Amino acid sequence: MVYVSGAPGAVTVSLTVNGKPQTLSVAPSTTVLDLLRERLHLTGTKKGCDQGQCGACTVLIDGRRVNSCLQLAVMNDGREITTIEGLGAPGGLHPMQEAFVAHDAFQCGYCTPGQICSAVALLKEGRARTRAEIRELMSGNLCRCGAYTNIVDAVEAVMGAGASQEAAE
Amino acid sequence: MPEGYVGGAQPRVDGPLKVSGLAQYAGEFPAEDLAYGVVVSSSVAKGRILRFDLEAARATPGVVAILTHKDRPTVTTDAESHQDQAAPPGLPFIPLLDERIVYSGQPVALVVAETFEAARGAAALVRVEYEAEPAVVDVAQRRDSAYDPPEKRDGVPPPPPPRGDPDGAFAAAPVKVSGDYRIAVEHHNPMEPHASTVFWRGGKLVVHDKVQGVTNTKAFVVNMFGLPEDDVRVLSPFVGGAFGSGLRPQYQLTLAVMAALRLKRSVRVTLTRDQMFTFTYRPDTLQTVALGAGPDGRLQSIRHDAIACTSTYEDYQEAVVNWSGLIYACDNVSLSYRLAKVDTATPGDMRAPGATTGVYALEAAIDELAYAAKVDPLELRLRNYAERDQNDDKPFSSKELRACYERGAEAFGWSRRSPEPRSMREGRDLVGLGVATGCWEAMMQPHSARATLTADGKLEVACATADIGTGTYTILAQIAADALGLPIDDVAVRIGDSSLPMAPVEGGSWAAASAGSAAQMACAALREEILKHARAMENSPLANAALDHVVFSGGRVARADDPARSISYADALKSAGRERIEAKADFAPDEEFQKKFAAYTHSAVFAEVRVDEELGVVRVTRIVSAIAAGKILNQMTARSQILGGVVMGIGMALHEESMPDRRLGRFMNHNFGEYHIPSHADVQDIEVIFVDEADEANPLGIKGLGEIGIVGAAAAVANAVFHATGKRVRDLPITPDKLL
Repeated sequence: MVYVSGAPGAVTVSLTVNGKPQTLSVAPSTTVLDLLRERLHLTGTKKGCDQGQCGACTVLIDGRRVNSCLQLAVMNDGREITTIEGLGAPGGLHPMQEAFVAHDAFQCGYCTPGQICSAVALLKEGRARTRAEIRELMSGNLCRCGAYTNIVDAVEAVMGAGASQEAAE
Repeated sequence: MPEGYVGGAQPRVDGPLKVSGLAQYAGEFPAEDLAYGVVVSSSVAKGRILRFDLEAARATPGVVAILTHKDRPTVTTDAESHQDQAAPPGLPFIPLLDERIVYSGQPVALVVAETFEAARGAAALVRVEYEAEPAVVDVAQRRDSAYDPPEKRDGVPPPPPPRGDPDGAFAAAPVKVSGDYRIAVEHHNPMEPHASTVFWRGGKLVVHDKVQGVTNTKAFVVNMFGLPEDDVRVLSPFVGGAFGSGLRPQYQLTLAVMAALRLKRSVRVTLTRDQMFTFTYRPDTLQTVALGAGPDGRLQSIRHDAIACTSTYEDYQEAVVNWSGLIYACDNVSLSYRLAKVDTATPGDMRAPGATTGVYALEAAIDELAYAAKVDPLELRLRNYAERDQNDDKPFSSKELRACYERGAEAFGWSRRSPEPRSMREGRDLVGLGVATGCWEAMMQPHSARATLTADGKLEVACATADIGTGTYTILAQIAADALGLPIDDVAVRIGDSSLPMAPVEGGSWAAASAGSAAQMACAALREEILKHARAMENSPLANAALDHVVFSGGRVARADDPARSISYADALKSAGRERIEAKADFAPDEEFQKKFAAYTHSAVFAEVRVDEELGVVRVTRIVSAIAAGKILNQMTARSQILGGVVMGIGMALHEESMPDRRLGRFMNHNFGEYHIPSHADVQDIEVIFVDEADEANPLGIKGLGEIGIVGAAAAVANAVFHATGKRVRDLPITPDKLL
């Protein structure tokens, strides 16, 4: 039973996901994470804890990194969501995705989409300048495989490339 | 094209899928007829279920079934049908079997609904009335009832018999230390929660399971539900970490299959993070190590005794104490390993099971001995270097541990260490440097593989093994690409499918050596096939060429002495009228070799810590892990394996502890907020060194890397904490309260 319009308790939300407008009828308790994974089949956004403690579900909502498991879909009516699938795909990867492959910044790959979304937002925030600051500001994204040092290498590489590009411009 | 892929730094071939979110894990496969199951967990640790009140749950719109022990499909109840490849002796736990509760968090019901939200909501409305009995979950309370397990677990060597006169030698030893060591219960906590999606296909089942071995899940489902072999296929192309938690099929699988059979539709069951604390874990183990030595620190006696917890229904066993008779040379050794039953789920294999636990205690004790003998801890290890496996009285197949000590010490800067505890400071921090040795068995298992070459020049290698983040896809692609001289992009690797050639569970660090050898053999057989067809061509330039007079390179087979005389694979297949050719190979370890030699990987781990004594906070600022593990297939993924082991070792040393409540019989901190695994901020500088080591246990010289990275890591950190603070904390983790 999908919550169709008119079903008891169903709420209609309109969101833009990876540039595509979506109007869906959802339960009031449906999280953005479950909406992405179960309704839109965008399973790149991962469920690691469902309680805001691991960061695997990190997506960009209006450009900011957010734990999508802590967001109800109905709270995000009208917002723009970017998931890992919206950043890039094989053949046209985002520079952060490329850097994660080049630095082996993952093993099992399950926390990876969240790490990448978080890292993309981190660079936009402009608060991290050193490895220590990257570590501190990425600490909301857990990795049980222990790829942390490689993740910092990847983030630093993209950050450095961005800085040298700015300098050149 | 490069010289060869094996030995290089090859980025993961599955990398682009993983970084773009396109890699699909067990709980992510969609089906039109999918229903969602949510597990209801027992709130008591022991006793029985008196009654259910399911009225409110049933009334929830969208609920289609509620399974309990009173209402579930039939399962085979004889114990043997539930044994899986990694099962210890005993009667495996069967979810919803009957009214008995044997541990807190045990599944008591499965609520199935049309949507996840409806199932979750209804699960919260299930009321269960229990008759609770007192439960014991702390192994220390069961110390007096410890026993030698009557039935030994397959593949786990019991402690070797004593040698020499350990007690007499200890009494006479001029230098001696003795201590009690304890590690906490640790839960694996892979980032992907355990999940099973069971597709119902007109009576046949396609199971997407989070597991380290599809063949294990398949046999388990077939036996448990009495289904024909051909009716069950298990897939697990990507596994979001496991570290041992996926060796045995877990209860969400059984429940998902039950629901699919009952409803004749597809069902997904995904556990919550809380429920990830309701099955396998690294057992709490009480250890005593006593070492006697001469004034020069040379060991005269080693005694190591352990009591590990297990469940009431299975005798889980791992090799905890054996390492103490192996790593150092000593003629007087006694080792014992016993179990004590507690009211929890059965513990299980977690990364380097047994070694992580036992080597921690041994290496902390060795450090204590070094201070007692006033010998540098690294020097003391060199003085006691074992040139032979004294447990089994065999030579090592290879052992470059000395090179690990030397190269690790140099990279780490061990020489800057001042011997006295509390003698190094930086600002307000105490600085400590510690070292430990690591060891893990280099194992292999029978594996089969198939190599298929198609007329377009593409190669596929297939094997039912798994990639749990270890890099299996990539190393198999490297091996196959080299064997046939193809660019790696022309090689596809298929794994994680029970319909592929046989592989057991991926565990024990045996996958690379075993699946890698099978893949290489299959490719070698394929080379013969290619040559056969090439030679049979009309006016073939290779007409009389023997296999050892040709090379396979760039998609062509050519005469080694005259590379201009060559035939492309495509032409060879075309002239034979074949769209594809394939070859299958079965690999089995060389038993003669194994009888003759002891095969182990080794490491030397160096740790630097900074301790803020006012706050008791320990920071691991640097680790150098030097590894001797035979041939390194891929510098990149191999390094990552070691990094991961070291990080988990930091967690073991400083953070990880599942805390049992003695009154409620439950692990209380069942989430990432309270069970701390290392985060970005906890991990600073880690350097990995691979020393050269030639080994002949298999043609590629592979020993395996999944476990060795963690062994010794916690001891190195704990030893560094002692050097920094002068406080010897013997029970892990070293939390701030223990240093204040």
